[in-house]
Amino acid sequence: MELTRRDFLKASGAGAGGVFLLGSLKPVKTEARTHISLPLKKKIGEKTTICPYDGTGCGFIVAAENGKVVNIEGDPDHPINQGAACIKGQTLRQLSADNPWRLKKVLYRRPGGADWEEKTWDWAIDEIAKRIKKTRDSAFVEKNSRGVTVNRTEAIAHLGGSALDDQECYLLTKMNRALGMLYIEHHARL
Amino acid sequence: MTNHWNDIANADCILAMGGNPAENHPASFRWIMAAKDKGAKLISVDPRFTRTSAKADIYAPMRSGTDIAFLNGMIKYVLDDIEKNPQNYNMTYITEYTNASYLINPDYKGPIELDGLFSGYAGGLNEADASKRNYNKATWQPQRDEKGIPKQDKTLKDPNCAFQLLKKHVARYTPEKVNAICGTPVDVFLEVCKTYAATGKPGKAGTIMYAMGTTQHTVGAQNIRAYGILQMLLANIGVTGGGINAMRGESNVQGSTDFALLYHILPGYLKMIEDSDHTLEKYLERITPKSTDPLSLNWWSNTPKYVVSLLKAWYGGAATKDNEFGFNYLPKNEVGKNYSHIALFEAMEKGVIKGLLVWGQNPAVGGPNSNQERSAMDKLDWMVVADMWQTETANFWKRPGVNPASIQTEVFLLPARSSYEKEGSVTNSGRWMQWRYKCADAPGEAEDDLFMMTAIVRKLKELYSKEGGPNAEAITRLTWDYGSGHPDVRAVAKEINGYDLTTGKLMDTFANLKADGTTTSGCWIFCASYVEPDKEPNAPIPGNRASLRDSTPDKFNVGLFPKWSWCWPVNRRIIYNRASVDLNGVPWDKEHPVIWWQDGKWVGDVPDGAQPPMAVDPKATKLPFIMKPDGTASLFGPGMAEGPLPEHYEPWESPIQNLVSKQQVNPAVRIWRPQEHGEPDRFPIAASTYRITEHWQSGQMTRNCPWLVQAMPEPFVEMSEELAAEKGIKNGEKVIVESARGQVRMVAVVTKRFKPFQMNGKIVHQVGLIWHWGYIGLSTGDSGNLLTPHVGDANTHIPEYKAFLVDVRKA
Amino acid sequence: MADKAILFDATRCTACRGCQVACKQWNTNDEVIPQQQDGVKEVNTGSYENPADLSPQTWIKTTFREIERNGKVRFLFNRRSCMHCTDAACVKVCPNHSVYHNEDGAVSYDKDTCTGCGYCVACPFDVPRFTKNGLTGVFTKMDKCTLCTTPGLNRIAEGMEPACVKSCPTDALLFGDRDELVKLGRKRVDDLKVKGFTNAYFYGDKELGGLHVMYVLDEAPEVYGLPKDPKVPPAAIAWQDVIQPMGWAVGGLTLVGLGLNYIVAREAKITRELPGKKEE
Repeated sequence: MELTRRDFLKASGAGAGGVFLLGSLKPVKTEARTHISLPLKKKIGEKTTICPYDGTGCGFIVAAENGKVVNIEGDPDHPINQGAACIKGQTLRQLSADNPWRLKKVLYRRPGGADWEEKTWDWAIDEIAKRIKKTRDSAFVEKNSRGVTVNRTEAIAHLGGSALDDQECYLLTKMNRALGMLYIEHHARL
Repeated sequence: MTNHWNDIANADCILAMGGNPAENHPASFRWIMAAKDKGAKLISVDPRFTRTSAKADIYAPMRSGTDIAFLNGMIKYVLDDIEKNPQNYNMTYITEYTNASYLINPDYKGPIELDGLFSGYAGGLNEADASKRNYNKATWQPQRDEKGIPKQDKTLKDPNCAFQLLKKHVARYTPEKVNAICGTPVDVFLEVCKTYAATGKPGKAGTIMYAMGTTQHTVGAQNIRAYGILQMLLANIGVTGGGINAMRGESNVQGSTDFALLYHILPGYLKMIEDSDHTLEKYLERITPKSTDPLSLNWWSNTPKYVVSLLKAWYGGAATKDNEFGFNYLPKNEVGKNYSHIALFEAMEKGVIKGLLVWGQNPAVGGPNSNQERSAMDKLDWMVVADMWQTETANFWKRPGVNPASIQTEVFLLPARSSYEKEGSVTNSGRWMQWRYKCADAPGEAEDDLFMMTAIVRKLKELYSKEGGPNAEAITRLTWDYGSGHPDVRAVAKEINGYDLTTGKLMDTFANLKADGTTTSGCWIFCASYVEPDKEPNAPIPGNRASLRDSTPDKFNVGLFPKWSWCWPVNRRIIYNRASVDLNGVPWDKEHPVIWWQDGKWVGDVPDGAQPPMAVDPKATKLPFIMKPDGTASLFGPGMAEGPLPEHYEPWESPIQNLVSKQQVNPAVRIWRPQEHGEPDRFPIAASTYRITEHWQSGQMTRNCPWLVQAMPEPFVEMSEELAAEKGIKNGEKVIVESARGQVRMVAVVTKRFKPFQMNGKIVHQVGLIWHWGYIGLSTGDSGNLLTPHVGDANTHIPEYKAFLVDVRKA
Repeated sequence: MADKAILFDATRCTACRGCQVACKQWNTNDEVIPQQQDGVKEVNTGSYENPADLSPQTWIKTTFREIERNGKVRFLFNRRSCMHCTDAACVKVCPNHSVYHNEDGAVSYDKDTCTGCGYCVACPFDVPRFTKNGLTGVFTKMDKCTLCTTPGLNRIAEGMEPACVKSCPTDALLFGDRDELVKLGRKRVDDLKVKGFTNAYFYGDKELGGLHVMYVLDEAPEVYGLPKDPKVPPAAIAWQDVIQPMGWAVGGLTLVGLGLNYIVAREAKITRELPGKKEE
């Protein structure tokens, strides 16, 4: 959800472990300089998310400018992490689009190919659907040896899902089972 | 988790075993510390001294793969102490809420009589014939009266009652025996027992925090059973600060399991259909547990409602009574056939699997025996990989030592969005379903997985409508109504919740689901997560309870946060909470109650069944363990593959002989590759894999992030100073670690935190390797999984990553 | 305003190292993500501890030590960063007052005016790090922890905690009024002594006039790699109290400066016990 900047600051103070107390007014040291007051270079506190690493489910706040991530830190209102974050959580920003290692294009490796080729989404979806249909249909068992309808194929397997959203996992199960797939597995055992 | 992360703060003792929360779930330590601040003790049981051990009150070293010996020793301590000091234990809980009093079939025999085996085994000791490595479980069942209700002896004195059978079973696991098997010093072991057993007192609670260190063994599921027995004897299930709490290693491994991306289930833990289920009726008959006991709620008796509502969600108008709600659209597993991870890669190697769909997983690094798994991929015609990064799996044809030209597999690599570049929910270990939002733009043409699968299904529907094919209607009639453009994730979330087809409104609760085709629910346990806007108007997305962000405390202020997100089932934050109260509905722990029967109703958490407490209304009441057919927790469990009670067997590869019996390995385990068994004379060192804080799983999400690579730049193997001295290895040097499956080159971290195990007069060394690395990405190196075996648990087939044999030498 | 400070409690730290990266994340350090050929310039030297040292891009790091006590192993974690001393050598030696105390007592610096002279290696904790000019090898700028007061990234002025403190899951790091934290730290150390940690020590209370990063330790400071009695090197005192008052004589500046740099550096080397090494 969207948080206002004011909410963020308020919450951030609240997360200070109870010792962020207002100081009494003592004379400022002679050489000490007051804080240089410049507006923050980064935007802070905008939309909430949940960490994609382990299963603790810590809350984070992502700040982006024109779609580009500028800051990610713990969500102080989140009951589990209360603003805190481990080293991986603190690194969330390096998963963003700014990371040159992120994939940006559909890639295809042809049989025996030595490297990747860039393709369009439309091409890839067409080709994938054709492969699925061909493999499924040529290795589809409608009835088993005793004549029971079993409508299955062992020729296509599925792996993964623990890094996806609930809704994606649900639809993958729905798609896989509709195709008659049995070899279905994700990270639960790994 | 039976409980949830915040609840750890309520514990009086935390047993971190088979898990390393400081390392792998660092934020959870906030709540461990909160408990410690209130005086709780932290016990760390681990082969090596970890970041968790560093904060523990007691550290107990234990050789990998000996958990059952350790836990049976603890159970024995508790049972002996119950005899001496019953006032320190919750005997009401044990007698009324568990099956301790059940009289077991008089023909039951255990490992004492059968030298490590249980009655009903098809084969003999150390049976080699795979077809005989299984049990007939008939003698493990309770005796039942003419009404079908288990016969009981509530005095727990009958030698044939579960309590006495358990006591007899664990009597062999003395502290000295535990020491000989596990290498745990006797005094340390007794200190662990004494400290943890103190949570057996009514009002005290102990929690077990575990992870893959417990499960990734040939006896992984029995390890968990042992936790269950211990927790039941200590009355630690259902209460605040208690429970058996699996720390999930991935953000949505809970959700992906709930939504059944596994071969043996359908969404909501409905058992998968098998060949023998000729009709829907037969299927429902097989998978719906029955109970004739009026005191048992037997929640799973509702199974038909959930199955039909699922079929209606998937096939809508095409699912009618006449076609058994589309039952035959779905495939059937071959009876008894295993389709799990290891089996999948074995089938791939044999050429059975031609096409592979991979969604954000990287088995070329994460799978056991990675050399086998990588080369099995050569047999595929095609592979589709959806990922944010280049992975070793997508690039299996580029792996070291192979010529890409010789590999004919086509690979489609689809660029995926990160978690904060799309909208949807994830379910954490505590079963909290939390909504997240699109916060930033994705790079280039990256798309979310929802888009990809929708595009594929739309295209398949088009192809099958046009060209037909076997069981084509399963695809053409499949509902996929999430808008015409980019799929609407909220529409999917609503389908998961389900609708009342008579009103067209979203379901309020799974209690109202029906088996007559008038309701839908894509996953019954998530029913009530997304309701009509006026039923949850204050949620940031009205009606969507996963989006709730109200941290108002619960009635008893025990950290349930009932209005923060939503948790399955029906927002019950601590499951089996009916066991947290006495027979009058008064909490065992009045300072930290979960629920309380007050003024004729339950207050606090959503109770496991709204019926009155047992003493208040003995007729209308229900037993607390509502998901068990008999309503009680299973001290003596009839369901497992290798026995009704946990028995110690050595890992498939072990440096020593089993000291409890002549049966060396779990007798029900499937041996896939006997030729790849490492013998202790050639590979004398015990080994385990594990993860580290700075990296994650197969590494794509961390090895491409320089902040993390800086913090932990290379893969390493940890070993004791003693072993290093023996092998002439200096700290920081490169070493070769070798198993019967392969070898890796890693940095040696020589540490005081590993110590050789002194067991039964023999010194056993253990080393530990991390597995986050591979040959693709910003930081590359070897994965520990090049060494791990293709052998798994007898029930779950989870690979035995945590105990195998290696040798180590200077590189 | 009362002085602010950080309290680090080693008995609560689990070395998750969230602080180490929270600092980089907020202060935009090590932002550039290299291609494979450039790599990340770190190696595992047989420890969990990395990067090997503080740097202009690494202002805080977690340290790891293994010791044995009564036959039992202990795994000790510590925080290595600027201590924000009251009697701060770096402030004393900085020729043009680029390094200074701010109103909260923290040691801040003005990167625009820093000449990279390198005098602040006088630091008894070996904290300041310098960016070198790639061609000449000459220092150009000093960098270190600013207690999150860098202009434009000043969390304190915005009413927020420092990034590292906010990040800490176990509240091993606290931020607040120094007086309050001193009381808390003393109490925690007293409690540790009662529990049998006879060498427990509250570090930073009195050292160098009082540090603004203080440590609750269950072992002696040296065991955690902290110098037992840190001192401002005499040369640094000389600079501030004797040489600097003579004024910036334009002609002699360079000569005096280089000579002093040498004296200060040698002094620092002699007097400090280098933290960050594994105890044998």
